[in-house]
Amino acid sequence: MAKAPTFETPKYREDRANPVMVEGSMAHSQPFVAAPDHQTDLGFPGELVENWEEKAVEKLGDLLDKNKALRVYLDSCVKCGACTDKCHYYIGTGDPKNMPVARQDLLRSVYRRNFTLAGKLVPKLVGARDLDKNLLDDWYKYFHQCSQCRRCSVFCPYGIDTAEISMAARDIMDHIGVGQKYSNEIIAKVHKIGNNLGLPKPALIDTMEGLEEDVEEDTGVAVRFPVDEVGADVLLVTPSADFFAEPHVDGLIGYAKVFHQAGVKWTVSSYASEAANFAMFIGSYEQMHKVAARIRQAALDLGVKRVIFGECGHAWRVAYSFLNSLAGPWDFLDPRYPKPQHILEFTHDLIKNGGIKLDASANDDMVLTFHDSCNVARGSRMGDVEGGQFIIPREVIKASVNKFYDMDPSTTCEKTFCCGGGGGLLTDDLMELRVKGALPRMEALQAVVDNHGVTHMAAICAICKSQFAKVMPYYGFPMDMIVSVHQLVSNAIILGDNK
Amino acid sequence: MSFLTIVYAFGFYGATALLVVGLVFKIRQYATTPAPLKIPTMPAPLTRQGVVLRMAREVMFFESLFKSNKWIWVFGVLFHAGLLLVVLRHLRYFTEPVWFWVVLIQPFGIYAGFAMVAGLAGLWARRILVDRVRYISSPSDHLMLALLSGIGVSGLMMKFVVHTDIIAVKAFFLGLLRFNIQPLPQDPALLLHLGLVLVLMIVFPYSKLLHAPGVFFSPSRNQVDDARDKRHLAPWAAELDAARDNAPATPAE
Repeated sequence: MAKAPTFETPKYREDRANPVMVEGSMAHSQPFVAAPDHQTDLGFPGELVENWEEKAVEKLGDLLDKNKALRVYLDSCVKCGACTDKCHYYIGTGDPKNMPVARQDLLRSVYRRNFTLAGKLVPKLVGARDLDKNLLDDWYKYFHQCSQCRRCSVFCPYGIDTAEISMAARDIMDHIGVGQKYSNEIIAKVHKIGNNLGLPKPALIDTMEGLEEDVEEDTGVAVRFPVDEVGADVLLVTPSADFFAEPHVDGLIGYAKVFHQAGVKWTVSSYASEAANFAMFIGSYEQMHKVAARIRQAALDLGVKRVIFGECGHAWRVAYSFLNSLAGPWDFLDPRYPKPQHILEFTHDLIKNGGIKLDASANDDMVLTFHDSCNVARGSRMGDVEGGQFIIPREVIKASVNKFYDMDPSTTCEKTFCCGGGGGLLTDDLMELRVKGALPRMEALQAVVDNHGVTHMAAICAICKSQFAKVMPYYGFPMDMIVSVHQLVSNAIILGDNK
Repeated sequence: MSFLTIVYAFGFYGATALLVVGLVFKIRQYATTPAPLKIPTMPAPLTRQGVVLRMAREVMFFESLFKSNKWIWVFGVLFHAGLLLVVLRHLRYFTEPVWFWVVLIQPFGIYAGFAMVAGLAGLWARRILVDRVRYISSPSDHLMLALLSGIGVSGLMMKFVVHTDIIAVKAFFLGLLRFNIQPLPQDPALLLHLGLVLVLMIVFPYSKLLHAPGVFFSPSRNQVDDARDKRHLAPWAAELDAARDNAPATPAE
């Protein structure tokens, strides 16, 4: 797609303390609405139902009874303002409805009107509103300007997580017939074919065979890329972008080399050929459950002992935090290993115990920094200590490269900024939002480029990688500046005799 | 017995009942609504004791707010710490003899009244002056600050400007506790002070003041990071598993 010149890439800010407010600046931004087919594939109504006002309130009531977080968060906000300058979309666009609290209030106002005494008696006084077409339009626009990155929840004195609110709002909208094309189309593909891309089994096998040939040509070592191998020890579940997108595929080559060198028998499954679970983005437990069930089924059918996830941010949140709930119990797997495990935990252990050897000088043409992906940083963990999700990727990178510099600590670890494309927003119809939302990350990147000569930024999320490859050129960075962490491992790993 | 004494006496009985019933209802609702998934904001403690510490830091030191914004933190701490001391100091009007430690904090409690009002003034100034906070404010947010400031200022007035018959006030409240209504002094400052407190008690369970019990039930703060080790399952979600496990096996091919 050509650069659409309909918007300007934001300038780096002089004053980072006070983002400039521009009311209505993103009121035109919304993703394509799901076609009736994409809706009915997931069991949602094809188009806006007749009595949608009632149905929406009814669904909200249902979610309030099912989800403690939603109930507590809708009641607890005191409008202190702590979150108002924390969202990358507010920073990048200045639209006040992108302040986390203002975004929440789009739903909270309807909650107050229908479920609280004050909202029923004195709606104007407490900011309570009936859900009308205008407000529904705002829901659709602004709940699709939230990447569910949870950065606001770090700073909220009550831990109010806007992700929970926007998930609920999207779930309600799906149930009245207003879904988002991008996410719903993809979820239907997973139900039908097994992955987000709609890559069927023959194409998957073909791709993996091609990779085997490439790696052998490149290294002289016959590294295997197995598909559907019954009796393998490890089921690798990785985002389908890893099968062909750049730089994702270089990461997949890295995992294969690590498995090869560790002598661990692994396989991917053509039935569960996707780590991503976009059902999280649309806030549907039922859909998440259905997508996750494929992984359980594949693990049972292939008779594996372990399940390992590839580099993918929200997939790791679903895997680490939700998979036991959604698709457990995992009592049929080997109890000696975490269920499931992250590929970085696996590689990190091997580096520690000498199972693989790395020659960091292989990456001496690069100076690295690391982008903490939001769902890994604030929605999951790695290893067995609090904050392991920050330590382990950095240790693997530092073992693979000689030159590494972290970005400004107000933009890393738990305070990391979203890439701008998470939460089901990685679609071309939201390009302006994606470019603007990347602003704070680009500012922090520019600083390490200027101060330390950083040439590459590593990430561990398929969405981050695709988003940065697309968006970085708007800020004057080359698209291949974004790399997979296992791409660095792949370059540095010493194949062959381990002695 | 004056008419006003009767109004205030029954006002306090009624407001107390509303406050207790309202809070019990909300707390029970928070406690019994299931949390279907593990969503602690990471990094999160790996043990229950760790969560108790995290929550303690949150409610005693406003840890997250400190990370977020030092001005809101300063004003928030001034107000809440001030309010806490002031409330504890007021126990002297409900106890006879006055508890030892209440006597000890008496001098601090008086200055805490100033801290409380200063904190409120700071928060109110932000609500008016900072464009982002102004944008998110509803009339009720200003009214709540007005209510709390009114309580604080009228209290300070009685302490430092127009004294009331504090012995009689104490007799009134001890009387309430013993269901033996005693006359309430009829000073405007006192009547305003107590009237605003009545309003506060009544609106508490129906307003954003629910953040006080709410914070303890916030899943992003009160959950242990142990999702891989312990299966967390909401009762309504278990039904989906039953459907899965009873369905005819889907072949993986």
